[in-house]
Amino acid sequence: MFSDLFAFYTLLKRDLTLAYRHRAELANPLLFFVIVISLFPLGISPEAKILTIIAPGIIWVAALLAAMLSLDSLFRSDFEDGTLEQLALTSHSLPLLVLAKVLAHWLLTGLPLLLLAPLLGVLLFLPQSAMLTLLITLALGTPILSLIGAIGVALTVGLRRGGVLLSLLVLPLYIPVLIFAANAVNVAADGLPVTGQLYFLGALLSLSLTLSPLATAAALRISLS
Amino acid sequence: MWAFLQKLSSPKYFYTLAETLIPWLGWSCLLFMLAGLYYGLIVAPPDYQQGDSYRIMFIHVPAAWMSMLVYMVMALAGGISLIWRMKLAEVIAASSAPLGASFTVLALVTGALWGKPMWGTWWVWDARLTSELILLFLYLGVIALNSAIDDKRTASRASAVLALVGVVNIPIIHYSVTWWNTLHQGATVTKLGAPSIHLSMLIPLLLMAIAFKLYYGLTLLMQARCEILERERNTHWVLELVDNPR
Repeated sequence: MFSDLFAFYTLLKRDLTLAYRHRAELANPLLFFVIVISLFPLGISPEAKILTIIAPGIIWVAALLAAMLSLDSLFRSDFEDGTLEQLALTSHSLPLLVLAKVLAHWLLTGLPLLLLAPLLGVLLFLPQSAMLTLLITLALGTPILSLIGAIGVALTVGLRRGGVLLSLLVLPLYIPVLIFAANAVNVAADGLPVTGQLYFLGALLSLSLTLSPLATAAALRISLS
Repeated sequence: MWAFLQKLSSPKYFYTLAETLIPWLGWSCLLFMLAGLYYGLIVAPPDYQQGDSYRIMFIHVPAAWMSMLVYMVMALAGGISLIWRMKLAEVIAASSAPLGASFTVLALVTGALWGKPMWGTWWVWDARLTSELILLFLYLGVIALNSAIDDKRTASRASAVLALVGVVNIPIIHYSVTWWNTLHQGATVTKLGAPSIHLSMLIPLLLMAIAFKLYYGLTLLMQARCEILERERNTHWVLELVDNPR
């Protein structure tokens, strides 16, 4: 048990260090997030009245796409240099190691999204009353995106053209998160209580936290075989 | 029982068994379909609100039922293939995916054709329509993953994992979408107590449902036979079959 925790910590630290050495790559999903969001006022209308209505949906759809684009880095380089095989061969439980990698991935891609979101909310005229809810939904929702996405990456990591396929596999599974999160922000903008939606997101988070590492580990073993 | 299952799971035995079953399924399917169409199109009275256009229900509703049933069959077969590495289950799962996707497309298209005269539009972002559309996306994901991996057995196991993940997600997606928006009429057959559909319409509907299930069985066996030949093309019995076709 203790050695498992130590392995978890070591892997987490390794992934964070590796990412820190390639700082330039870290910014890419964030830039994508910002650019996609700034396209909507250009494409639809710069009017505050319209943007206020669609802001929660836009921010969340952009977050979904940014999370999906960053997924590929989760296992790709480890798969190519054989690290992943070594991880699967260790005596530690693979789901736990997967969880460490997903946590590192979320810290590097999900958390910055959270920090950037209020700024983009201001750009899209999101009401002040909804800002806190936006942050809470992102805090609860983006880990789910990383956890579910990990299953998709694990299934496609061995394929040469996995990118487009990954979006086909993962995006339909993201829909419940999008519905509850965007709805919560919308409702909060109207000044209504959002406890129900947040509970749903919390339930989805605990479900994916417990089940998805198992599915990801099974998928990785298939991809490695 | 185990001995029979063991025998059934041998691709060669299944191949010949399917050959004898196909005509039986085909003729009974035709029988039920003709009876269902006769009762549905000629005997059943027009609806007091929807007139004659409700009759598309006899295709639409069984197709929608099948779209869900086939996904369950596919996921179940996928689970069996993951646990017991049964070749036949892999074949069933791989052959079910395109069939289920076709049923889903049929349900969506007939639904659009029904929606135009009833609701005045081809498409609405209503809960059931949307979850049916998402179900189609899930099917397409399984099919795409299946064809992206070259090794057939690895492909089967990967798509089995995906199908099982989808099964966990389908109720969540369904209820989240229901909660999000609802316009579609409520369930009329499985409602607790007396169904709110008249017997003269229920009978053709059930006949058609049976016909659709038989049709699925028929096409599944046909597809599975091709799949078996393709997967076992290097085995002795297939080569023999190619040399001396019956």
